[in-house]
Amino acid sequence: MQTASVATLVSIRLVYLARLREAFDRERETLEIAADRALTVDAILDVLRGRGGVWASELAPGRAVRFAVNQQLVRRTHPVADGDEVAVFPPVTGG
Amino acid sequence: MSMAASSAGHPHEPRHGGRDHVRVQTGDFDAGLEITRLRAGRVDIGAIASFIGTVRDVNDAATVTGLTLEHYPGMTEQALADIVGEARRRFTILDALVVHRVGALRPGDQIVLVVITSAHRGMAFDACEYVMDMLKTRAPFWKKERTPQGDRWVEARASDDAAAGRW
Repeated sequence: MQTASVATLVSIRLVYLARLREAFDRERETLEIAADRALTVDAILDVLRGRGGVWASELAPGRAVRFAVNQQLVRRTHPVADGDEVAVFPPVTGG
Repeated sequence: MSMAASSAGHPHEPRHGGRDHVRVQTGDFDAGLEITRLRAGRVDIGAIASFIGTVRDVNDAATVTGLTLEHYPGMTEQALADIVGEARRRFTILDALVVHRVGALRPGDQIVLVVITSAHRGMAFDACEYVMDMLKTRAPFWKKERTPQGDRWVEARASDDAAAGRW
């Protein structure tokens, strides 16, 4: 008997800021992902890179990109759950 | 009796780090007025350190005719409040204030104000520098410069990361 992995539909609110908001030509969107295991920021990035074009180049490994989950600065390995707000932005330049 | 005593409030109540110590605004600020407010009715302050960041007309060998500051509403205020809270834990200070402007600014305009009050100068200087170093690397603000060659987003500096890494 075969056990199929059960994928749950997860809804993530994405926010793009500053240079990346302009590059992606959008301020926010809701991403629906069928996830069969716990999500991380990295997993979200994989989905976005899969769109190709400017998404793949701006989010390529090695590019300086910062992330916040529910408005807290986090690393790429940080978990992401259903309903979370994930912000993607360049290194900050205030002050 | 000092003139500042007329501005009411609860001068001797200990103040805690929080959003009431940070402001993000489009309008200008008056450092003298902000310091007067912090000092109002208090005689335990022995040192006040302040920092003001202003817009320069040149950056990375290009003429800058103006800049636009963008932020992440909600997160920016919380990040600043967290930085102020951490400064209060690390340093023996009495009060801290951060005011940061967003929107369109011109060369010569004020961008950011940090004020620290404490009993002695050492802690005031250190806390002021700490808050600015953390703000430069952790608070979500982005500058876009206007130059005769067009608009460009300001790149983050490695020297800012190095400065923040000291703490």
